[in-house]
Amino acid sequence: MSAHDHFSLAAARPDFAAIAAWIPQGASVLDLGCGDGSLLRYLHGTRKVRGYGVEIDDLNIVACIQNGVNVIQSNLESGLSSFESEAFDYVILSQTLQATRHTEALMQEILRVGREGIVSFPNFGYWRGRINVLLGNMPVSKDLPYQWYDTPNVHLCTLHDFETFCADKGVHILDRRVMTGKSEVKLLPNLLGSTAVYRFRRAG
Amino acid sequence: MSSSHPHSVGIANSQHAHFDAPLTFKSGAVLPCYDLVYETYGTLNRDKSNAILVCHALSGHHHVAGYYADDPNNVGWWDTMIGPGKPVDTNKFFVVGLNNLGGCHGSTGPSSINPETGKPFGAGFPMVTVEDWVESQARLADLLGIRQFAAVMGGSLGGMQALQWSLSYPERVRHVLAIATAPHLTAENIAFNDVARNAILTDPDFHGGSFYEHGVVPRRGLRLARMLGHITYLSDDVMADKFGRELRSGKLDYGYDIEFEIEYYLRHQGDKFAAYFDANTYLLMTKALDYFDPAREHGGDLDKAFAIARASFLVLSFTTDWRFSPERSRTLVKSLLHNRLNVSYGEITSTHGHDSFLIQHTHYHEVMRAYLDRIASEFAA
Repeated sequence: MSAHDHFSLAAARPDFAAIAAWIPQGASVLDLGCGDGSLLRYLHGTRKVRGYGVEIDDLNIVACIQNGVNVIQSNLESGLSSFESEAFDYVILSQTLQATRHTEALMQEILRVGREGIVSFPNFGYWRGRINVLLGNMPVSKDLPYQWYDTPNVHLCTLHDFETFCADKGVHILDRRVMTGKSEVKLLPNLLGSTAVYRFRRAG
Repeated sequence: MSSSHPHSVGIANSQHAHFDAPLTFKSGAVLPCYDLVYETYGTLNRDKSNAILVCHALSGHHHVAGYYADDPNNVGWWDTMIGPGKPVDTNKFFVVGLNNLGGCHGSTGPSSINPETGKPFGAGFPMVTVEDWVESQARLADLLGIRQFAAVMGGSLGGMQALQWSLSYPERVRHVLAIATAPHLTAENIAFNDVARNAILTDPDFHGGSFYEHGVVPRRGLRLARMLGHITYLSDDVMADKFGRELRSGKLDYGYDIEFEIEYYLRHQGDKFAAYFDANTYLLMTKALDYFDPAREHGGDLDKAFAIARASFLVLSFTTDWRFSPERSRTLVKSLLHNRLNVSYGEITSTHGHDSFLIQHTHYHEVMRAYLDRIASEFAA
């Protein structure tokens, strides 16, 4: 992958650059719901990670293989039984958390298989979405591009919701990046940020 | 010719290789010399880095792709997969297919004449294992000047050979494509094989394996073995689709002759098979399946067995394959992951049961093409 490809990928998916910034050279990575393998390809190109993706969709399996990415076809909802405990330095769930049904069980699996977990998700507390709801409509945006009737997102949450969940479930948050588009958001992140990325490990 | 065989490798030519160096089998038996029959398609590149070995399953052979000049209807058993522009693109790869030792399609096997006795080997042919096959395949590779295969691939028993290559010769194979296979057979699977073997062994025409001298063939046993095997290679769904409860004559005859379409199909398949396949070869092949268990020498620990492997793996299973179920492939994948090997795993949705690996299937072939293109990009670059 050329430097230009890395640049355009990072521009298209700002959370990629945020995730890469946390990952040391040569780390082992498991990317859950890895799609066409872009993130793993990016991390391989920029961080020389040793990685595997997990994906359920047939077309994405083909795309991952074309992208030169190791991919295991499996349903995340049935757990990560193919993977041993602490098998990876990082387990990543990028823009997928909100579409999982057994979200709590999956978070526990992430903490079992990875020494650290990284998740990114669209912030449902973002002000534009709040205005949509105030006006009486479900939010539809670049980060939440679906209509209410065709959305795969069953567990949307705000930054605040996610942090409460982590506190309740023994998840220790190590780091957080909040973004709107390509810009990092420091002020009132739960209101002004459209996407959040968290790095965490088991508490204690 | 090309219009009737689009994307075919064209006319296939079988070749014979004679080996004089004795081969010691895993069982301890020794074969002083032997022949292997093989076919090749495509061109070996200058640094000999584009070779793919295709290993066959229970009833397969060296005629993997293309057709014969004098028999244009005799198309190779994996012709859907291999040819110019096909997933295994013979414009890029040099493909080798052979008939395994113990076979009945030209390589030395039970029906060959034992030079020491002047009679067919029969039941005296050494019990052959997957490891022994890999050994003989490596000698064929030496003969062809192939030090390292770009890939070794196969389905079912062929997949076991591909896996064994990564264990016997970790430095001689870059990619393993293990399709509809398993790291060992389950008890149920061995049980099916044993029923099939018993059908042959108890056929009065078997004569302890020396039926050649009696001028007979244990046709009834072979036929039953094939009928049973065939049931297990299909799925309930595909049988229901293809045959349902259709009656051959449209009415019940209240007798034991063929009534249901499925009966006709199975008996026909059994007859066809019994007419050309060697009973001793069938016994050997099923035993090789039963014996394959690389974890055995590591206290049953498959993780340890694959510790020596260096290849990258593509593992594929089919949703309706109950003879080599996806669960068996996932067990294999888990051990490959444990050893931090490169592996991709696909679970192909197909109604065709174990036979799926031989059938034209858009997504399956797309996955294969994507993976093989990746292999080709490694030596093209």
